[in-house]
Amino acid sequence: MSSITFDHHADRSKMAVSDEVAIEIRNMNKWYGSFHVLRDIDLTVYQGERIVIAGPSGSGKSTLIRCINRLEEHQEGQIIVDGTELTSDLKNVDKVRSEVGMVFQHFNLFPHLTILENCTLAPIWVRKEPKKEAEERAMHFLEKVKIPEQAHKYPGMLSGGQQQRVAIARSLCMMPRIMLFDEPTSALDPEMIKEVLETMVELAEEGMTMLCVTHEMGFAKEVANRVIFMDAGQIVEQNEPEEFFNNPQSERTKLFLSQIL
Amino acid sequence: MADLSFVRSEMLPERAPPATEVGIVKWLRTNLFSTWPNALLTIAAFYVIYLVLAGVLPWLFGGVWTTSSLSECREVLQGDVGGCFSVLTERWNQLIYGFKYPTELYWRPNLALVLLAFAAAPVLFFDLPRKLLLFTAIYPFIAYWLVWGGPIGVPVTAFVGILGAYLVFERFSASNFALGALGGVAAAFVLWFIGGYLVDMMASENPLLTPVASRDLGGFMLNLMLGVTCVSLSIPLGIALALGRQSSMPLIKGVCVIFIEFIRGVPLITLLFVASVMLAYFFPPDATVDLFLRVVIMITLFSSAYIAEVIRGGLAALPKGQYEAADSLGLDYPQAMRFIILPQALKISIPGIVNVAVGLFKDTTLVSVISMFDLVGMIRGPILASQEWNGVYWELLGFAALLFFVVCYGISQYSQWLERRLRTDHR
Repeated sequence: MSSITFDHHADRSKMAVSDEVAIEIRNMNKWYGSFHVLRDIDLTVYQGERIVIAGPSGSGKSTLIRCINRLEEHQEGQIIVDGTELTSDLKNVDKVRSEVGMVFQHFNLFPHLTILENCTLAPIWVRKEPKKEAEERAMHFLEKVKIPEQAHKYPGMLSGGQQQRVAIARSLCMMPRIMLFDEPTSALDPEMIKEVLETMVELAEEGMTMLCVTHEMGFAKEVANRVIFMDAGQIVEQNEPEEFFNNPQSERTKLFLSQIL
Repeated sequence: MADLSFVRSEMLPERAPPATEVGIVKWLRTNLFSTWPNALLTIAAFYVIYLVLAGVLPWLFGGVWTTSSLSECREVLQGDVGGCFSVLTERWNQLIYGFKYPTELYWRPNLALVLLAFAAAPVLFFDLPRKLLLFTAIYPFIAYWLVWGGPIGVPVTAFVGILGAYLVFERFSASNFALGALGGVAAAFVLWFIGGYLVDMMASENPLLTPVASRDLGGFMLNLMLGVTCVSLSIPLGIALALGRQSSMPLIKGVCVIFIEFIRGVPLITLLFVASVMLAYFFPPDATVDLFLRVVIMITLFSSAYIAEVIRGGLAALPKGQYEAADSLGLDYPQAMRFIILPQALKISIPGIVNVAVGLFKDTTLVSVISMFDLVGMIRGPILASQEWNGVYWELLGFAALLFFVVCYGISQYSQWLERRLRTDHR
């Protein structure tokens, strides 16, 4: 799984973690019908953290980050993002969503819009920016993910890796303070995984707060300041990557690591 | 074991393909005469085509166009094969405008039809400048005034009411959608109420355009008017119903489901009878709703239920990720629908919507059973019942079929162009 190697080592000097709390999750529980997916989740994420969430499938890791921008509703406990508590109040939900970017496993680009329109739609209509300004910034981010020349094509004409980089650029155009990645490389070929991970490393080097659900343990070692291991809807273990990989404490973690490494 | 090594000593020159594998010969061989049974079928099919054409072409080209009755046609033809197309030329005005629309006013529906082309163009071909949509917005009121005539205050009041509703909606919907929508409706009614008084006060004895009653409309003009009006009203209504059916609010969802299921369970013809006969029982004795309007409402409700189901299919075909991506970018519900969901769902629904639209247009001939004289009503009633043309079925109904075919084929071709134009996935 962790076969991807990076051409240069990530520069950790700029990845500073501040004392400011970005996300506060307190005693959060979630059920799908009567199935208890997330159990007593407590998590505090500080501004600038790069957290990798790992775990077997069905452990609730995707559901957890999808709760953070309320693509899923939680039934108990509190989730506070950047000082705004997620409740059924749609104003709060929209506020949180405009500050939290999300990248999906299957990209979810809008196939009827060009790459540039994909990137400018939300800034123009949600952030009410002038079209020209939004386009300039979209081009800036497309250059950053190294595909400015594709701006006027449609998503269907791009490779998977390019589409995922567009999806990252699209999220960045909303100037989010937090980025959520839901298995961003799971649907990609190995060569494309690398180009997407490199984009994510660059993002981390700029100090973005990131929560990544991923199986790329190389990425975790390179970039993360914390690895969270989940199983059966609970946080089983969390630690700094070095400790987590070299000296896992729980039996469940040891078993998991022995299977994927 | 044989020797496997091989070295080519000279390169082969390029050669033309065999004569039986190129051009028309190859096409005939692969498409018409590929096997013995296919060859026999081809020959049989050519024979059938010959028989049909041998019957139809002399009838078509040997036809008579200038006599004034069926018996004169027979005299001219002297027993030869030939159609009596004189009925089309002699009764042309009746077929197109009905028999009561004043002859000297034909220019008015004609002008409305020409303007329709300009009003429809920016809607159908979205590469045209968006400013042209302003004309599309005022066209219904111009067309109404041209066809029905009467005091100009009526369409102006109707327009001002809608404009007022739009402005109120624009002003308030950004902060509160429900407030905007209700305020818009209220504004329209207030403006219409005031306008109604003003129109009554200022009504003159001689309005600029002579009024024409709905009863006097007829012919193919009536089919076109009903078709265009009902299609353009039922698509937005169908979208609203489809979205309502997906709503998480039980009341809205329930109303939409009941409406759709009820309308789909009832034949159009019964709805038309209700419109023409029974609605009068539900109104106060002195209140009347124009017959044309009643028919438009019924056909619109009928086809909007079908369009709603077609669009629901399109909505269901979209991956859930599209909704999630729109949500995660912070787009609110109206924005997500307008920019992300509906453009894709409607694109998927184009063939189904066109199906309903073509069906609707053909169903406009059903109004002949509630004694409105549309094209078919004119043919079955005044024309075939007349002494001169009693018995001219093929020519008249063939002409009606041709008119409907031209319009429906045009709609179908447009929709195929639209699907090609909107294709961005490059599969």
